[in-house]
Amino acid sequence: MSTFTIPPKGPLLTRGGWSAWLAAVIVLCALVPVLNLVVPAGSVFHMSDYAVALVAKILCYAICALAMDLIWGYTGILSLGHGLFFALGGYAMGMYLMRQIGTDGNYKSNLPDFMVFLDWKTLPWHWTLSDSFVATLLLVVAVPGLVAFVFGYFAFRSRIKGVYFSIITQAMTFAAMLLFFRNETGFGGNNGFTDFKRILNIPIATPSMRMTLFVLTASTLLAFLLLARWLVGSKFGRVLQAVRDAETRVMFSGYNPIGFKLTIWTISAMMCGVAGALYVPQVGIINPSEMSPANSIEIAIWAAVGGRATLIGPIVGAFIVNGAKSWLTVAYPEFWLYFLGALFIGVTLFLPDGVVGLVKKLKAKGGAK
Amino acid sequence: MPIRNIFAIAILLIAGHAYSITAEATKAIAIGEGDARIEALRAAVAGADEKTVAFLQALAEDAVKVVAGKPVIVKDDQAVDPVTGTQSPLPDTAEDVMNNNRMRGELDSALAAIKLLSPDVAVRREAVQTLQGEVDESKLPLLDQAFAQETVPDIKERLGLLRAAALLGSADPAKRLAAAKLLADSPQAATKTLLIERLQIEQDPGVKGALHFSLHQVESRLAWGDRLGAIFSGISLGSILLLVALGLAITYGLMGVINMAHGELMMIGAYATYVVQGLFQKYLPGAFDWYLLASVPVAFLASALVGAALERSVIRFLYGRPLETLLATWGISLVLMQGVRTLFGAQNVGVENPNWMSGGVQVLGNLSLPYNRLVIVGFAIAVLVGVWFLIEKTRLGLFVRGVTQNRPIAACMGVNTARIDTYAFALGSGIAGLAGCALSQVGNVGPDLGQGYIVDSFMVVVLGGVGQLAGTVYAALGLGVLNKFLEGWTGAVLAKIAVLVFIIIFIQKRPQGIFAMKGRSAEA
Repeated sequence: MSTFTIPPKGPLLTRGGWSAWLAAVIVLCALVPVLNLVVPAGSVFHMSDYAVALVAKILCYAICALAMDLIWGYTGILSLGHGLFFALGGYAMGMYLMRQIGTDGNYKSNLPDFMVFLDWKTLPWHWTLSDSFVATLLLVVAVPGLVAFVFGYFAFRSRIKGVYFSIITQAMTFAAMLLFFRNETGFGGNNGFTDFKRILNIPIATPSMRMTLFVLTASTLLAFLLLARWLVGSKFGRVLQAVRDAETRVMFSGYNPIGFKLTIWTISAMMCGVAGALYVPQVGIINPSEMSPANSIEIAIWAAVGGRATLIGPIVGAFIVNGAKSWLTVAYPEFWLYFLGALFIGVTLFLPDGVVGLVKKLKAKGGAK
Repeated sequence: MPIRNIFAIAILLIAGHAYSITAEATKAIAIGEGDARIEALRAAVAGADEKTVAFLQALAEDAVKVVAGKPVIVKDDQAVDPVTGTQSPLPDTAEDVMNNNRMRGELDSALAAIKLLSPDVAVRREAVQTLQGEVDESKLPLLDQAFAQETVPDIKERLGLLRAAALLGSADPAKRLAAAKLLADSPQAATKTLLIERLQIEQDPGVKGALHFSLHQVESRLAWGDRLGAIFSGISLGSILLLVALGLAITYGLMGVINMAHGELMMIGAYATYVVQGLFQKYLPGAFDWYLLASVPVAFLASALVGAALERSVIRFLYGRPLETLLATWGISLVLMQGVRTLFGAQNVGVENPNWMSGGVQVLGNLSLPYNRLVIVGFAIAVLVGVWFLIEKTRLGLFVRGVTQNRPIAACMGVNTARIDTYAFALGSGIAGLAGCALSQVGNVGPDLGQGYIVDSFMVVVLGGVGQLAGTVYAALGLGVLNKFLEGWTGAVLAKIAVLVFIIIFIQKRPQGIFAMKGRSAEA
């Protein structure tokens, strides 16, 4: 803290890091498809569809956790509204998927079922781009990015920080949830979007389509991991960490933190949007409850459990927490909330550096002996 | 109902203008097409005697059947002739008399009109209330008679308006004109519809002008009622927000602890009220009306104890790390919610208002203030005064302020700062319990009770500015009134969104809230 030497800029990943990264690519993008599609169902090595769907879901969550880590772990800004960006990306993709249903809905209409139900005759204006896949891909990053940019601009400009900022972001996602619950908003009210049939005119429920989406999710996560690594290691990332540790000093040193904070905040929101867009076709539903404050705060706990300010930590955390969730909610449903609550308390009290920090500490101890 | 019948009958006997109801009349009322029956009913009301009342009452209670084309009143399986009173066994061939909703409405208003002559003031007042907007010319003779006899001023005034409403349908333009002028003073919402309806069919220009004028008068009076109503529900919501936010003003505003479990401490207070209610029902059913008074201290203590335990076990270790505190207290809130689910079940539990809290005060024709809301406004004021006194005037309050302002110096002066932290947190939690106790009287009590208020209450504290009570009070009332006014304008959901957007914009201009802290503590 008191040294003024800046450590030399290291390589993007160390040799070991690159091998681990490549191993992850091979496991997720080659091994899992083979185990699921090629190995026969009776075999010990067969990976069930349920397991694939679960891992796919958690991979989406891991992207969110990574995005949360960039803004919280590295910049010190705790967002309680990342669920909104996730849901916005999901809704952008969901609109496209709704249009892909075509006339196969319950009412055999060209419009999505819920619009027929509301007796609407034409598509509302904000659905204009929903027919085009390319435009949808653009919206998936542009909508959360724009919302985050506008919100962040006003919040950072008036130097809202710390807990104030957290609470305001919570209010933001809460307000958006209320808005999306309304039928008049044009996003299916509290039912949201579901019953998807096709993506790019290919049936969405086939094994090969599911596996394609899985591989896409996994590669997105791994690509984002590299991106985050590059961001954090760059001069930009160092300023972010300086903002986290002593924002006032950064200002006195001649930097204006607003631009840095706003950039990482927007990038983080876009990453969440992508995660949401990958999540919706695989899980098959999106509704406003994704925007509930509880969901957003859960993203924070994934990052905290794994270890903030390490890039691998939040991914590990997402797997630990959601793995425990999917097991506990089936085996002991009444204990899940106790467990989650205890996790929040325990991690903040006893594991400030998360699981990854704990492993590092144990390693250091072992090395010292 | 039966007692009032007897009154009505008795008074009619005294009044002594007994036309006897005829067999033809009963037949016309009970049998035939809707319009004809109503016509007959209206004719009978004008000169009702005790037999008419008994017959109409029976008709309203579905106790009239038709035997061989003649209506009879069924009483203890006997058929009673409504005109002669002779009894005969009820044959199996008796047919039910069907009354549609319109007929029932007419029957009710007919019976109410007759009750206008009751000697019991309460019965008369209720009858006037029932007849609001239900009068027509057929009830004029009764109304005239009641108006002449009436001695209680407020009932007489309302009877006059009722008469005017009935006269509005009169064939004589002079009478209509007088009625239209009289109705300008009506405080009733129903008068507006009445005037509008008459305006559409009125031909006489003079009467039309008077109708327009009266309509204008009534409308502006009603608008006032609406406005005052919105202000009152705003104050009512504001007082609830105030109760919720007062606890936060201490734990967050003074101590700087972000307590996301604040809503769950309220929930504990509400459940404590529920438990006290259950105990009273079981052991002290006679004193049930006073259970709420007993549950106030219980709710306070229950939440304060839980709060003190939380402070000692978790929050103490997180002072100075607000983001971590936020996450840990969120975890606590999950555990508390699930704990309540395990203990009391996931369903909402029923908490009843004591008798003295049901009902309300009628202030204007279209504005009545429910007692439970009024009690909560009073309760909020009392809690506010109590908290202010505790913080500003007592030794404990002095210590709390001292520790907040400068912990090391307070410690040097011999203040046990750790203990003061616990006390202060327990106090804030206890106030949350009081808020829960109040909420149990106006809303549902369930495990999710606190979740709905947490965003709102933090908004109040953020808006009001950290570190003081005055800001909290203004912010709570301001947000409450703003919310209710917007609700009337845009609907509940959009109002809520608008308020949140407003707060976000407001924070732009005044990041430190309405009342900014000045000096060194401002940056921390």
